[in-house]
Formats: sequence, C-alpha cells, structure tokens
Amino acid sequence: MAAPALERPTATAGTQTVTMAKALNLGLRAALERDPKVLVMGEDVGKLGGVFRITDGLQKDFGEHRVLDTPLAESGIIGTAVGLAIRGFRPVCEIQFDGFIFPGFDQIVSQLAKLRFRSQGTVKVPVVVRVPFGGGIGAVEHHSESPESLFAHVGGLKVVSCSNPVDAYWMLQQAIECDDPVLFFEPKRRYYEKAELDPTTTPAPLFRSRVVRPGSAVTVAAYGPMVRTCLDAATAAAEDGTELEVVDLRTLSPLDLGPVFESVRRTGRLVLVSEAPAESSITSEIATRVQQECFYSLEAPVLRVTGFDTPYPPSKLEEGYLPDLDRVLDAVDRSLEY
Amino acid sequence: MSPEQWTRPKTEGTAGPPAATAAKPTREQVIAGLRATSEGGADLVQLLTPEGQRVEHPDFELDVSTAQLRDLYRDMVLVRRVDREGNALQRQGQLGIWVPLLGQEAAQIGAGRALKPQDMAFPSYREHGIAWCRGIDPTELLGIFRGTDHGSWDPIKKRFHLYTIVIGNQCLNATGYAMGQRFEGKVGDQDGEATMVFFGDGATSQGDVHEAMVWSAVYDAPVVFFCQNNQWAISEPLERQTRVPLYQRASGYGFPGIRVDGNDVLASLAVSRWALDECRHGNGPVLVEAFTYRMDAHTTSDDPTRYRLADEQEAWKLKDPIERLRVHLVRDHGVEQDFFDGVQAEADELAARFRDFCFAIPEPPPERIFSEVYAEETPQLAAQREEYLQYLAGFADDAMAGGVR
Ligand SMILES: Cc1ncc(C[n+]2csc(CCOP(=O)(O)OP(=O)(O)O)c2C)c(N)n1
Repeated sequence: MAAPALERPTATAGTQTVTMAKALNLGLRAALERDPKVLVMGEDVGKLGGVFRITDGLQKDFGEHRVLDTPLAESGIIGTAVGLAIRGFRPVCEIQFDGFIFPGFDQIVSQLAKLRFRSQGTVKVPVVVRVPFGGGIGAVEHHSESPESLFAHVGGLKVVSCSNPVDAYWMLQQAIECDDPVLFFEPKRRYYEKAELDPTTTPAPLFRSRVVRPGSAVTVAAYGPMVRTCLDAATAAAEDGTELEVVDLRTLSPLDLGPVFESVRRTGRLVLVSEAPAESSITSEIATRVQQECFYSLEAPVLRVTGFDTPYPPSKLEEGYLPDLDRVLDAVDRSLEY
Repeated sequence: MSPEQWTRPKTEGTAGPPAATAAKPTREQVIAGLRATSEGGADLVQLLTPEGQRVEHPDFELDVSTAQLRDLYRDMVLVRRVDREGNALQRQGQLGIWVPLLGQEAAQIGAGRALKPQDMAFPSYREHGIAWCRGIDPTELLGIFRGTDHGSWDPIKKRFHLYTIVIGNQCLNATGYAMGQRFEGKVGDQDGEATMVFFGDGATSQGDVHEAMVWSAVYDAPVVFFCQNNQWAISEPLERQTRVPLYQRASGYGFPGIRVDGNDVLASLAVSRWALDECRHGNGPVLVEAFTYRMDAHTTSDDPTRYRLADEQEAWKLKDPIERLRVHLVRDHGVEQDFFDGVQAEADELAARFRDFCFAIPEPPPERIFSEVYAEETPQLAAQREEYLQYLAGFADDAMAGGVR
C-alpha cells in the first residue's frame, strides 16, 4: 500500500489525481465490474449519482438492477439488502447522511449484525453500509453526526473509516469483498481533498491501523476526518520543534491497537482525537486498553479531544464543537506538561 | 364516495376499494393506477380550474367572500416572495441552504388557513406557508438555514412544531399528540381540537409514516395526514415510492383518503376544513393528498437538471396557483390592479425586512452548545462547559497580551 498521498513525491504512469469522492466512485465501479453480484442501492444513487455524486454514472453503465434507486426508507434499504445478501448478492447501501441511519438502525443491529451468529455460520450477509459522516460542512440538523461508536459497540459488525482518497479507493473494495457486514464511514468534509491514486499498487490490509507520520514527542491517534486535522497539527507542532506521531486508526471495530501501543511505548503520551461525543465512545475504549497495555510506559494520562456530550449544535457553532488544530495542540501541550 | 361515507367505513360497509387497490387488479387497472400517481386523475377535488374558472364540487362547498379571496391571494404572494428571497440569500452565501416552496403555495395556504387556533400542526422542513398561517414571522425561519439555531419560535405557544428533517418522524409525533387530544376529551364538536401533519410523497415510504397511520386508526386519533405530493423525492419520481395513488392507501388503514388539487387554494381550503372538522368531531383520522409539483430544486444543494424533464416543468407552470386565483379575482370579482400592486409592494417590503433581518442575526454564543441539553444539568456537562469556556478565555488573554498561538 502506498503511503498517504501527501508523502508521495511524484505521479508515475497509471496514477491519477483524484478527490476522495472520485476515488470512492472508482472503487465502486471496480467492484461492480469485478463481481456481477455486487449491487449499489440507496436514495438518489441513480440518475442523480447520490447527493454527493459518489455513485455518479454507475446506473448509466450498470443498469437499474445493479444500481438501485430505492424508495425513501432506510429500514427498507438495509432490510432488503440483508435479504439480497441471503440470496447471494453483495449489496453496498448508501445512507444519505449520518443522521438518517437511525431509521435503519434496527435492521443493522437486529439482523445484519446477528445473522451469521444465529445461523451458526450458514448464512452470511456481506453487506456494506456507506455513511457520509461528521461535521464541518455548515449543514442543517442531522447532517453532521458521528454515530460510529454506536455501531462499534455491536457484536457482529465491522466498522471502518477512511481518511484519504487512496484508502477510500482500496478500503471500499476490500469492505465489499469482506464476508462480514461492514459499516463504512466516509468523512464527508474530506470528499473534495485530492491525492495521487495508483490502482496498480497492492493495498494495505483493511482492518489495520497505520502510522501516517512518525514522531517521538507525543502519539496522536485519530480516524476519518480528524486525521487531516492531526496531520496539520503535527506540521504546526514541528515548527515549534515538537514531533508528533500520527496514527490513522482506519478500523474501529475490530480496533487494531498494536501500532498505537507500540507508539505509546516510545512516546509515553497519547492524545486521542475524534469528532464524536466523548462518553462511551471509541476513544473511551482505546484509552482503557492503552492504560492496560502501556501503564508503565505512560508519562501522562491519555487525553482526548472530542466533540461535546451534547446534540450536534447549529452550524454557526460547529467550529467550537469540532476539534481543530488548536484544540489538538492544546492537548499536546497539556500532555507534555506532565 | 362522498366524504360522509368515508367517515364511517366501519358501519356502512365498504363501497368496494378503488380499482387499483382491488385484491387482484387487472393489468389495465394497475396501469391506470400508475398513471393516476403522476396525473391528477378523475378523483381530484378542484374548485378553481387552472384557467381560473370557479367550479362546483358535489361534496365540497365553499363560501368565500371577495375579501377572503383577496387574503388568500395575499398570503400566497407573500410566502412566495419570502421563498424567493430565501433562495436568493442562499445564492449570495448568506444561508447554508434553502428549501424552496415554489409551486406549493396553494396547498399550504389552503391547509394553513383551515387550521383553527386550537389545532396543532407538525411540519416537515418545506412548510414556510404553514408557518406563515400559524403566525410565525418568516424571519423566525432564517436561523435554521443560517445555522444559528434549530428554529426560534415557541412550538407550544404557536401550535406549530419545529421543522423536522428526518423524513417521516413527525407523523408519529403528530399521532401521539392527537391521541393526547382525544384522551383529554378535546374532540366531539365543532370546537374540538385537531392535529395536522405535513409530509412529502417520498415520506410515505418510511416505516414511521405507515406506523403513524396504523396507530392513528386504532386510537381514532384526530389527525389529518396532509401529504404534499410534489411528484419528486429529491431525484426520485413518485413511481419510485408507490404503485397506487397515495390517497388510496388510506382505505387499507380504515380511514378516508382524498386527493385534492394542490395548486387550487380553494379546494385545498375546503378539503382541509372538512378533514379537520371530521377530526374535531371525533371522526378522524383522514389522509389528504395534495397533488402538486415542486417548481424549483429540492433544495439549493440539488441539481434537478440531472433527472427532471423540462417540459414537465413547463406543463406545471400553466397550473400556477397564484396566477389562477389572480385571473379569478379579476374576472369574477372585478378586483382592480391597485390591489395587486399593493400586495406586490407589501411583498417587496416583507422581503426587504427578511433580508435585513438575515444580515443582522447575531452569532450564537459558544455556551449555547451546552444549554438546554437536559432539564437537570449533569455535572459532567457543566464541567465540559467550564473547561471549554476557560479554553476560549485563554485565547482572549493571549490576544490581549499580544500572544499568538
Ligand atoms: C430519514 C431520512 N432519509 C433521508 C433524508 C434525505 N432527504 C431529505 S429530503 C428527501 C426527499 C424527501 O422527499 P419527499 O418526502 O417527497 O418531500 P419533499 O422534499 O419532496 O417535499 C431526502 C431523501 C432525510 N432527510 N431523512
């Protein structure tokens, strides 16, 4: 797998500069081409190409029975995807916005997550649920939420989040190939950030986290939209002579904490960054595990920079709600003060 | 069937379901039903033709004075003007998004003016015309779209619930509210209370809407389901949500369903009044399908050129709700140009006030993030707020000391 785009020096033959939105589109296209059982389904995914145009042009090329404009009902989308999967298809469902996954929550938790277990492995449900998530785009209510921890809490589901176009391209295809149900969280505020994509390279494994910037002073771990924020914070900190090591978690269930433990053993400090509210979240889980595994290496308590434990505020307040570079650096400073 | 028959489906037996919902429809019936999903069909209640001709309907009488007609006209022109201004403000970067109402003025003003003060209304997110009728100043809508609040009116006092963005949710909430009206004995005569809930054609696919219809039926809740069938759910045409005309679904739940010309403010008013009256007398629920068309994009983030046909839009232009009432006022009521000029001037003034207000909306203070999350604040949240405000104060200190981060 190539290093993140930022660190890739020059474009070579076969590579192209793509946005994350385009990378996801290309990933879906590749999956649809590779396997006739792959379906794309959701509201407005056909002619419109989805509200974010991630499915742009797919219905035109693969037809209405591979790329389905579904009725407007999330429970329906997930529930029928479960049925289609039982029948041997590999549906990729699009949920229009994070806040609209809840009408489909019941089907995800009650059926999608549990069928394999209930059937002792005889029934597999290889469904991918794509969810554009997180804030920072100035949207109205229900369009900026970070519900990923709710799904990571459910046994039987896998939960991943990409942070850059290259990962987006590969991780989506890997999720579709995976025989387990995967909740695929896409950082919508990063949809239009670009990187070089070389579809001929070998991708990194799906359920693995990765160090995306080495450093020695403090470990900063994040996923999805906050990886970019942490990389920017690391650049700013470096100007002051503080080297941050940034870990992109990539997979939230199962968590892959090996690289985090290893990093914390070297730096002695950990700052976790997530847009989601702090209480009972993925960051709570990581903090617990790190203090169990790295207790003797820690020079400071594990610190968190997160959204607040409130409903998502009106967009004029999201700048304060969402972790930004300053809040990350503030936590880094506090960690270093111990 | 007359409205009277619809209201007593249990005692009168069934008059036979409409063709397309019969147990085994013929191929032709299915096709006819499908066509009726996207064309008005014979069951459309109309009191004013697209040419502005007043017509009678055997079941729906409406006695309106010239003064009342003028008021309805004024309502429609004013909300359209506000709507266009909202659209323009979004284009100018002043609003994050705007949800256009263009083309749906008659459906909303008809329904909105049928509501009585004691009634409750549950909107979706496009109900600027209903808001207007409930006495919400249009400026009170702006915060939602500018991102300063989630709705600034008092939903209890105005009897107009907050806008609901999650499709279909409000139908169950409205049903529960209406159940409460019944439990409290507030139905039974013409002074009774009723609830009206607004949603789109797309919403009818949601489980919540189905559940709301089941619940309202089994509890005889005084709720009018007012579906504005504007033909599109973002890019998805009506055919993607249903195989039968939506109003016909009501019979499956055991209450009356009726389709009204949503571009005819008089029909919308008459049918809504009837439906609300049924509810206040304890004969609800009722489903009203207002057959209309979304003349603009779904929202300012949408691109209808990707999916909509231009000639479809042209055809609907000819059914413009405001224009047909104007013609009727001029031709049959001798209303002079002065009146129309006056309304236009008033609309422009309102739009200017709306615009000025938009620019003047203050930014919400940062502590708003933490306010009113719970009735009884938790110590954790209080601590989060303290920590956050201290963090912000640190910046102020830095700035005063000339420091930079
Ligand atoms: C549960 C849910 N899913 C998806 C959306 C995104 N969305 C917003 S409006 C809309 C279409 C609604 O169409 P319709 O119900 O016909 O109402 P209209 O906007 O046409 O008035 C969609 C899919 C949403 N708001 N809520």
